Amino acid sequence: MSPILEISNLYKNYGSTEILKDINVSINAGDFLVLVGPSGCGKSTLLNCIAGLEPITSGTLNIGGQDMTNVSPKDRDIAMVFQSYALYPTMSVAKNITFGMKVRGVDPATQERKLQQVAQQLQIEPLLKRRPGQLSGGQRQRVAMGRALVRDPKLFLFDEPLSNLDAKLRVEMRTEIKSLHQNLGASMVYVTHDQIEAMTLATKIVVMKGGVIQQVGSPAEIYNRPANLFVADFMGSPAMNLIPAKTRSNGDGTHIEIARRDGSQIVLKDRRNRDLPEDVIIGVRPEDIADPARASSSAGQEADCLIDVIEPAGADTYAVMQLGGKHVTARLHAETTATPGATQRLSFDLGKVSYFAPDTGLRLN
Amino acid sequence: MTDLTLTPVQTRQSHIGKAVLRWSLYILLGVFALFYLMPLFVMVTTSLKSLEEIRTGDLVALPREVTFEAWRTAWSSACTGIQCEGVRPFFWNSVLIAIPAVTLSTLLGAMNGYVIAQWRFRGANLIFSLMLFGCFIPFQVVLLPMARLLGMMGIAGTIPGLIFVHVIYGLGFTTLFFRNYYVSIPAELTKAAKVDGAGFFRIFWSIFLPLSLPIIVVTVIWQFTQIWNDFLFGVSFSQAGTQPVTVALNNIVNSTTGVKEYNVDMAAAIIAALPTLLVYVVAGKYFIRGLTAGSVKG
Repeated sequence: MSPILEISNLYKNYGSTEILKDINVSINAGDFLVLVGPSGCGKSTLLNCIAGLEPITSGTLNIGGQDMTNVSPKDRDIAMVFQSYALYPTMSVAKNITFGMKVRGVDPATQERKLQQVAQQLQIEPLLKRRPGQLSGGQRQRVAMGRALVRDPKLFLFDEPLSNLDAKLRVEMRTEIKSLHQNLGASMVYVTHDQIEAMTLATKIVVMKGGVIQQVGSPAEIYNRPANLFVADFMGSPAMNLIPAKTRSNGDGTHIEIARRDGSQIVLKDRRNRDLPEDVIIGVRPEDIADPARASSSAGQEADCLIDVIEPAGADTYAVMQLGGKHVTARLHAETTATPGATQRLSFDLGKVSYFAPDTGLRLN
Repeated sequence: MTDLTLTPVQTRQSHIGKAVLRWSLYILLGVFALFYLMPLFVMVTTSLKSLEEIRTGDLVALPREVTFEAWRTAWSSACTGIQCEGVRPFFWNSVLIAIPAVTLSTLLGAMNGYVIAQWRFRGANLIFSLMLFGCFIPFQVVLLPMARLLGMMGIAGTIPGLIFVHVIYGLGFTTLFFRNYYVSIPAELTKAAKVDGAGFFRIFWSIFLPLSLPIIVVTVIWQFTQIWNDFLFGVSFSQAGTQPVTVALNNIVNSTTGVKEYNVDMAAAIIAALPTLLVYVVAGKYFIRGLTAGSVKG
């Protein structure tokens, strides 16, 4: 099966400024691709390039197996949902949804049928006669989705569609988009700066920074095996702990030495033999530093740490300490006995540890 | 801080002070209003008096006997030079000039504003600045080149020629109005319409123009007032038979021989001014309605 979207060697310049550099992405039908990165990383520009709203400087872009590099947006068989919803303010909800069909000369009976179908699907039937100005943020969001759904395109494009909603509604709509994707089996490209949205929605994530793709992979790959320090730090909340450490290899595994604040060391052992330089940065997720009682795997190695701050978060309690000169967060039991200023015995699980080179920031294992 | 130290007596005094201040303000404003209304009052009363009464009576007195004779004369038989048909034919000239010129300049301005604000192209800002510059060029500067241009186009001294002049001269302002209005409309709206398959003109007609009622009204009021009240272009680029009402009014007032018919002059002046007044009254209402339409209508 040919990929539904295939971008090869795409470059985008504004004058002499390179906005996107050597982008290569492809997704299969039914994939949910999320482009994620900090603001200004070029993710929205890339989406606009896919939509055909921005011309690309070089490279090729295929949608559904056809070369769409120089095709105008209306002929790309795509639908797009915008951050500001971009509903036509003078048209009723129904007219907003059917505008595209009207422009393309679809007969009125079909328009009406599709409108009713989509209105039912999104539960916006009572709103059809209203104007966008009379709708709440969540309702506008639904209408914008309706306008995209009614096209039944090869590819759906979403440009930060949830960022104008309040926190609660955002979570609701997130679930709704996910279930929509599952029910339709549609192919989607979704731009967000919110890494949680990226993790929950995607079947495939592209992490971008400065117009360059940092890593492409499934949410699990991105989370467990970040390709570099940027991805490690960007994905996950609280962020992955990135601790400078020294390694020493001998026959039965790798010893990792981490400096405590008082100068003493924690020595951990990675059972696998690794070919690592002496200075590394190790990446450990907060959930892999836990109370000994809670630690799930037997791989946990215990060490005493001086806790600086305790942050209860309801389901968990986060403990912040200082290791290797960095703040390190551990995810503890909600009813943990740890107190600030006291020493706590913690269990380090190195099963999913990442090693990064301090100079290049690249993953070593 | 001072409030804390005020005694009740001082507070009462400050209340009285405020009331006095307020009422003096009202009185002052009232005096100003009367001052500005005075000329209109004199014009209306004079136009309703007979010549006999004007000669003998007081300038600000109400007419003893109301007569519409002066209005009839001004409309259909007052002399503008050798022709004695009143302002009627010239009034229609003005209508024939103003309506197409206002419509065209507004439409073109809307289109220009739409292109400059929403279809950013290389040099868009430069072109906009140049058009803006055009707003500030005095009329007199363009008179001679425009006369030559009209001659070359073969429309010198004709009504289409005057329409052309007014459209060109109005474009700077109308473009400015529409550009500033459209620049506040998010670019995503255009993008959404492009994805929906709409082209340049479709987006303009179906999405931008329906949004523009308030700014259309503002532009129409502005352009109509400018074009209807214009005298310089009217007197420079017209000939007998195509002169607008402003030029005719001047001729009526200046070309009377013998007794000066003040009542006819006043009536003619009011007739010449009525349409702009009408546009303000009618369009002003739509202006308010246009602003609130989206929020109230179902």
